[in-house]
Amino acid sequence: MKPFHYQRADRLEHVAQLISASGAMAIAGGTNLIDLMKLQVETPDTIIDVNRLPLDQIAEEGDGLRIGALATNTATAGHGKVRSDYPILAKAILAGATQQLRNKATTAGNLCQRTRCYYFTNIDQPCNKRDPGSGCGAITGIARLHAILGTSDQCIATYPGDMAVAMAALDAKVEIKDRAGNTRSIAVRDFHRLPNDAPEKDNILEPGDIITGVILPAPVPGKQLYRKVRERSSYAFALCSVAAIIDMDEGKITRADLAFGGIAHKPWFDARLGELLVGETPSLSLFDKAADLLLEDAHGFGENDFKIPLTRRALAATLCEATGVDA
Amino acid sequence: MTLTINDKEYELPSDPRVSLLDFIRHDAGLSGTKKGCDHGQCGACTVIVNGERINSCLTLAIMHEDDAVTTIEGLGTPTNPSALQQAFLSHDGYQCGYCTPGQICSATAMLTEIASGLPSDATEDISTSPKLTDEEIRERMSGNLCRCGAYPNIVAAIREVAEAGL
Ligand SMILES: Cc1cc2nc3c(=O)[nH]c(=O)nc-3n(C[C@H](O)[C@H](O)[C@H](O)COP(=O)(O)OP(=O)(O)OC[C@H]3O[C@@H](n4cnc5c(N)ncnc54)[C@H](O)[C@@H]3O)c2cc1C
Ligand code: SF4
Ligand code: FES
Ligand code: FES
Repeated sequence: MKPFHYQRADRLEHVAQLISASGAMAIAGGTNLIDLMKLQVETPDTIIDVNRLPLDQIAEEGDGLRIGALATNTATAGHGKVRSDYPILAKAILAGATQQLRNKATTAGNLCQRTRCYYFTNIDQPCNKRDPGSGCGAITGIARLHAILGTSDQCIATYPGDMAVAMAALDAKVEIKDRAGNTRSIAVRDFHRLPNDAPEKDNILEPGDIITGVILPAPVPGKQLYRKVRERSSYAFALCSVAAIIDMDEGKITRADLAFGGIAHKPWFDARLGELLVGETPSLSLFDKAADLLLEDAHGFGENDFKIPLTRRALAATLCEATGVDA
Repeated sequence: MTLTINDKEYELPSDPRVSLLDFIRHDAGLSGTKKGCDHGQCGACTVIVNGERINSCLTLAIMHEDDAVTTIEGLGTPTNPSALQQAFLSHDGYQCGYCTPGQICSATAMLTEIASGLPSDATEDISTSPKLTDEEIRERMSGNLCRCGAYPNIVAAIREVAEAGL
């Protein structure tokens, strides 16, 4: 590990200044950052320990719920209100990692976790995300974990997390404090970026920005499902996941908020799916049309071609379970 | 600046790079806690910090000022083992034993988590309190890999302690 300075942030007002110094990075649970520092993928000069800031509360805010940036994944998934009103979020978190990791993993760290692309994590390989301009090893190489939607010729990596996929379905907002001390909020759906020609940027955070929390909107009626497809039944990242909030009235779909994980550089949200499904009577042919729309522009890179039919089937299975249609 | 391991205080290291795992093994000289992967993938390094199990390889010792760490040595001794340590012995919950300290620390914290009602991915209805089925035990212990495949006996050892309410 490259030598670095360690500094603890004691007050929220000081963090922005500390983390805007060049080469400085925030550290929360450390489960992603320390992993990558050991591999010399991340080489900060200074790490700013934010763990003692008062950002771990989970509290009702207006009609919704505010989850502090430092609330652990365990605290969020175990919270009574999350379990009763936002079960999709608890389920997505519990489907990820392990209890030991979730005890350390935080809301902000989870949102900012980096891709699991094997070229990104191996400094002997070319990777535009880690080393802009060096090329992309995955496009012509091993791409089993990689994206089928929203890729660019620079990068085909996926955002690997589960929690943010549920937050995208819920249309939660990320609250950010900038270097000047101003607070802004941005939808989780817009927080992560597509790689385009700047794959080194995973999300819209600017230097000196610190995430202070995530705001969930008022709870909505309907079934909330999180289906994660992976290589083994626990302790593995998603090959594809579907977060779905589906409500019905008199045999017709009245709400269909869907988001997908493991298939793009961000939790994938396509507003057209909700428009197609709402007002319709659920059926296998309707679900097929939804998959056609979702996967219209999908393409694989050899090893991950299977993700296209896999996503189609995962979507159909989720919608069948939510609406009671026989698969 | 100190942290506590098994009720004994230790000075924090001056090099911030020292992981909690290396600190426990080298600085504190407690070699029960094991290093398998050093990347959060195997659970051999599991210890209990302020009551919660974590992977000590993915955290820095310097981040733990004033924290209370419990390692396998802190749970019991050869002459006075904890209920789980005794159950792993009676059920042969190991072969080579390398993963065992991590398994037992993990299982110790897991029983507290169940008692506090924390759900898992195996919990059918997460709005209710989980029951300790074998499926729950397996899911909750999935962060501890055993290269020898002693899993059935590990589950049996944990089940025995859970059922006895020890
Ligand atoms: C073996 C293994 C398996 C895993 N499996 C899964 C899985 O199945 N599903 C899943 O979703 N995840 C999985 N994870 C990833 C895990 O969820 C993340 O490592 C964790 O959520 C990161 O949170 P953290 O608090 O530890 O972040 P850290 O490692 O502390 O930080 C991660 C990043 O976030 C930044 N950051 C932290 N806090 C802030 C803040 N307040 N504002 C701005 N930036 C901030 C840091 O600078 C850093 O860049 C796995 C990890 C491991 C090691
Ligand atoms: S897919 Fe992205 S992260 Fe992976 S090697 Fe290519 S540029 Fe790097
Ligand atoms: S050594 Fe920490 S998880 Fe493997
Ligand atoms: S007993 Fe050998 S690794 Fe588990």
